[in-house]
Amino acid sequence: MVDPTALLLARAQFAFTVSFHFVFPSFTIGLASYLAVLEGLWLLKREDKYLDLYRYWLRIFAVVFAMGVVSGVVMSYQFGTNWAVFSDKAGGVIGPLMAYEVLTAFFLEAGFLGVMLFGMNKVGKGLHFAATCLVATGTAISAFWILAANSWMQTPAGYEIGPQGQFLPGPSWLDIIFNPSFPYRFVHTVIAAYLTTALAVGGVGAWHLLKRRDTPQARTMFSMAMWMAALVAPIQILAGDQHGLNTLEHQPTKIMAMEGHFQSHPKGAPLILFGWPDQDAQTVRYAVELPKASSLILKHDPDAPLAGLDSVAREDQPPVAIVFWSFRIMVGLGFAIFALGLWSLVARLRKRLFDWRALHWLALALGPAGFVAVIAGWVTTEVGRQPWTVYGLLRTAESASPLATPAVATSLAAFAVVYFAVFGIGLWYVLRLMADPPHPQERDLTAQEGRAPIRTAGIVPGPAQGAQRGTAQ
Amino acid sequence: MSVALDLAIAWAFIIAFAVFMYVVMDGFDLGIGILLPALADGEERDQALNSVAPVWDGNETWLVLGGGGLFAAFPLAYAIVMPATYPLVIAMLLGLIFRGTGFEFRWRDARHRKFWDFAIFAGSLTAALAQGVILGALIQGVKVANRAYAGGWLDWLSPYSLLTGAGTAVGYILLGACWLALKTEGRAEDHGYRFARLAAFAVAALMAAVSLATPFLFPAYFARWFSVPLIWFVAPVPILTGLAFLNLLRALAKRKAARAFLSALGLFALGMAGLGVSIFPHIVPPSVTIWDAAAPERSQAFMLVGAAVIVPLILGYTGWSYWVFRGKVGTEGYH
Repeated sequence: MVDPTALLLARAQFAFTVSFHFVFPSFTIGLASYLAVLEGLWLLKREDKYLDLYRYWLRIFAVVFAMGVVSGVVMSYQFGTNWAVFSDKAGGVIGPLMAYEVLTAFFLEAGFLGVMLFGMNKVGKGLHFAATCLVATGTAISAFWILAANSWMQTPAGYEIGPQGQFLPGPSWLDIIFNPSFPYRFVHTVIAAYLTTALAVGGVGAWHLLKRRDTPQARTMFSMAMWMAALVAPIQILAGDQHGLNTLEHQPTKIMAMEGHFQSHPKGAPLILFGWPDQDAQTVRYAVELPKASSLILKHDPDAPLAGLDSVAREDQPPVAIVFWSFRIMVGLGFAIFALGLWSLVARLRKRLFDWRALHWLALALGPAGFVAVIAGWVTTEVGRQPWTVYGLLRTAESASPLATPAVATSLAAFAVVYFAVFGIGLWYVLRLMADPPHPQERDLTAQEGRAPIRTAGIVPGPAQGAQRGTAQ
Repeated sequence: MSVALDLAIAWAFIIAFAVFMYVVMDGFDLGIGILLPALADGEERDQALNSVAPVWDGNETWLVLGGGGLFAAFPLAYAIVMPATYPLVIAMLLGLIFRGTGFEFRWRDARHRKFWDFAIFAGSLTAALAQGVILGALIQGVKVANRAYAGGWLDWLSPYSLLTGAGTAVGYILLGACWLALKTEGRAEDHGYRFARLAAFAVAALMAAVSLATPFLFPAYFARWFSVPLIWFVAPVPILTGLAFLNLLRALAKRKAARAFLSALGLFALGMAGLGVSIFPHIVPPSVTIWDAAAPERSQAFMLVGAAVIVPLILGYTGWSYWVFRGKVGTEGYH
């Protein structure tokens, strides 16, 4: 058995590195699609503002994507470094899903990223648009595989148990990939990524409108973002509700922790709005509750019985306070985003979308809300899975690598220092790029650095360019 | 059983291929990172970094395939090697973070460009050394008990692993210098040729040292190289290595950068082949073979279908991307 301190440190390290990492793809998944839409609109409508916005957001995309890549490489090794027993036992099932992610998604993204970032003058517009679309597709495929792997850990299906206690794949990979929680988690997470991006874009648009930089570019990005918030936030709330019902069916303990239900309620469970879960006392202190509302939401019947954590052994309970509160943060932000979308519709009807300053302030305040909600949702589902890595089958305590505590402590400290420093600076650069408004005739990434005069950097002439430079090969 | 056996061998070759592709492609990126302080600030460095800007990200993906592929195809090997080389893997990952973000950040912040250039250098050097030491740590043998790593957290440290670490780093410098000669103009190109020549001799010396040390690690390695009739099958490896080295020197003297780069890749391929000959069929010497570590047949078969279709596609569009950015980068670059 692994030393408890080393186990706790290993868990902290995984939680830390994965939470940091998750911020980046939840932005790049949405942003890649947004860029594809912008380039498509530019090609279709031939309005320069779309190209300006494309180039503006492409620069931000490049920085965020790089941070996503380097923090993602870390994840692909964390399983082995810190969760060796899990890797050995579940590798036969989880491994191929992640290998497919690399083969079908990472290479697609990375292979066409160079052309997307630097190739506008080299390959022609149609091919460049194709590269943008392929990068966007790659990010979505990546979400598909990694969420299939994650969902399998939540609701394992389609496996057999081998002689050494390993999980072996059963006859059908479809059962493994499309395990019971996967479709719900995939839809909920991908919509979250789109919504996160929309809020970030809307926040930037609102900022420039508030700063009286009322340009067509700022208006367009704000308007597009508010459409997304208005149309997608309600869909997301529905998707989240369905995901919750699915969790109730397959991981009822997680729902008990989310709801703060320590006691079973044979005749209708209350919805605890707020309170302080005290796991030692197995009760929620200072609870503010709506009688029978939880049964109404989860069972569509106010008198339906709901089991509580008193039906679960103490050692099988997840940490309730974390799950309870992260869930409330996610839901609260979800409704705030929904309200923003509604408000924007009212503003649109009253033709005040671009001059209603209070609306812009709210959009600015909710600019980072998507990231917070994504992380809170992630914490809810992952901490809610505890104390298991493979739900109900493999305990977290039995999954860790046989590492000495000082080794894990040192690496955790190193990750913390490097991540906060490097990604903190990266965030600062991103904010600086965002603070600068999008300009008409926004410059290309190939000619922006100021060391050299702006010119098309053709080395070998693209289709539309003459031979400006010798093809010195 | 025979199907499982074939699958394990197939996957061993696929993983070896991924590692080789990684070395081929990220090797020159890291080499350029290590050479960065030796290049003049300004045009020379900008050219050098622009020559890798559009491709480094794709190159690094091969490392993810190497790690992810090992996890998927040989989970036991992954579960043993990662804890066994824990500090090295962490150091490599942190190095790659500085390297990758440095590429982006240096262009965002002219005032701190020197700092980010240093970050690229230090990150590249750390990653290269860590990779080389991991290789050496694997070949010198890993202590295993009950399907888990059974050694301490500094067992990887030895003169042999330090030697392979230095060899890998210098090898990357050679690749980076050849790439520099191939893709840049003016002083950067001249520097590329000069560094390549220096690195070539260092690589030759280190490869010779590793080759001499390896057979003495385990009697089984020794038998692989020095027993009749095996010697007739393995003898071509050192002979071809010598020829590749001579070809490299000739190409550098004649300023044929592409040929020099290919010869350097040949050296790496032969070096890997030599180490593969030594350890086969072990994936974690001296006790775990590829069959011990293999994932269930269904897992390997499922992935093999995908790999057989997708890897050629990946090679195709990666090649296309290199083709788009072919030729000299020019001084203004496309970052």
